[in-house]
Amino acid sequence: MNLDTLLPNLGEWLRGTGPDADVVVSTRIRLARNLAQFPFSGRATHHQKSEIETKVKDAVARAELDPHKPEYVSVAGMAPLDRQFLVERQLISRELATVLEGPRGVAFDTRESVSIMVNEEDHLRLQVMRSGMALDEAWAEIDRVDDAMESRLTYAFHDQFGYLTACPTNVGTGMRASVMLHLPALGITRQIEKVFKALQKINLVVRGLYGEGSRASGDLYQISNQVTLGRSEQRVLTEIREVIIMILQYERQARQVLVRERKQAEQDRVARAIGTLGSATMITSEETMELLSAVRLGIHLNLLDDLPPTTVNQLFIHTQAAHLQKLMGTPLDGEERNAARARYLRNKLRELGSHPR
Amino acid sequence: MKCHYCGQPATLHLTDIVAKTKRELHLCEGCAKEHYLVPEGPTPQLNLQALVQLIMGMPATADPAALTCPTCGLKYAAFRADGRLGCPDDYDAFRAALEPLLDRIHRGTRHQGKTPRAADRRAELTTLRDQLQTAVTAEKYEDAARLRDRIRQKEALG
Repeated sequence: MNLDTLLPNLGEWLRGTGPDADVVVSTRIRLARNLAQFPFSGRATHHQKSEIETKVKDAVARAELDPHKPEYVSVAGMAPLDRQFLVERQLISRELATVLEGPRGVAFDTRESVSIMVNEEDHLRLQVMRSGMALDEAWAEIDRVDDAMESRLTYAFHDQFGYLTACPTNVGTGMRASVMLHLPALGITRQIEKVFKALQKINLVVRGLYGEGSRASGDLYQISNQVTLGRSEQRVLTEIREVIIMILQYERQARQVLVRERKQAEQDRVARAIGTLGSATMITSEETMELLSAVRLGIHLNLLDDLPPTTVNQLFIHTQAAHLQKLMGTPLDGEERNAARARYLRNKLRELGSHPR
Repeated sequence: MKCHYCGQPATLHLTDIVAKTKRELHLCEGCAKEHYLVPEGPTPQLNLQALVQLIMGMPATADPAALTCPTCGLKYAAFRADGRLGCPDDYDAFRAALEPLLDRIHRGTRHQGKTPRAADRRAELTTLRDQLQTAVTAEKYEDAARLRDRIRQKEALG
């Protein structure tokens, strides 16, 4: 597969059109699964990992996953830029890209909604992504993918402990459901810490954009469950749904307060963000994320003309390091990337002719 | 560095040296609180009494570190060091030590939710329905009736 063909697409998680898209960027559910009769990937030999890869590849090819059939690509033989590209598109983890070794890979469909990582920490990491708030739809789909894979593979399952995983923090359902939220107004009004403290008490985890250990940039947060043993998938999904509905309410209230009490200041902030994005000659990915966050909020507060939310998503993904280098068609170091990023943004915004109200 | 108790990243690191023997203990905040090392109050101050008790008490508790999985050869101590199990059979080999750990992480020790058997049954039903279709098409009505009964029986099991 030539990964460059993905470049013009936004992928399912950045489609920007799902339910509650003003706050919820995307929903993701992953299931950790392992094959019985094999050591976990971390202790498997090269030969065993290769056997696992073959079995899963075969299962993917023959499983009933129509009409969106995933295609398998090996990550082991892949160029570093391509690996980084897949990380940025959320199709593989950083670990699979850069830390792990030996036979490993990922199968994903052209919508970039379903992805199946092979020989990550667990033999299989099934993942379904959906635009907006869509826990039920995501569950229905991953349940179906899981069944289809299970009819071709023998999973390691224990009567008491459920689906067995390499790390005991995932055992049981093996399910991690996470919802990515854009929460700029809670950040501006300094309520975000309060919200997150409440979350920790009910065993939900807050992470930054690129998962474990990554810091929250651009006001994007992922909220996910921690518990996988002793609570059914449905119960966990209900718990997350209830919390997200609450946070949605808080964020929307905070946005209304912003418009009511400091509209001019917000308008200025959004205008300056557009101004900087459209005129800088050097810009880091971090600053781009911060500014795009302001623009995204500006769109939803109607402080900005002519800019659809999907454009922000496009600028967001295309200014990530690997995407940028693919767009420019040449490898770039840090400084060159900052210049190329600024050039890309200038051109795009000029094309769009966007201006503040 | 992982927490000695639950495997999460440790934020509290204790070292004591008695008669040139060094002992180390790494804990996350949650487990430190659970062992009364850090009070809930506003000033983070170590509870020395609890600390002494914890360190002195450590070797006395039953030592699961020597447990070894007969299938993959992983020692429980090695699992504690990096938080990753070696193979599915570890869950039975280390069961006595894992159960309290799982209870701390998940506040539960028994799986609820999806099971592979449900998928097995669905796959079996699909096969039976295919066979029924074939039997009907081939006008083998006795076979079809038998298959229909088996499908109903399976469906009734849920």
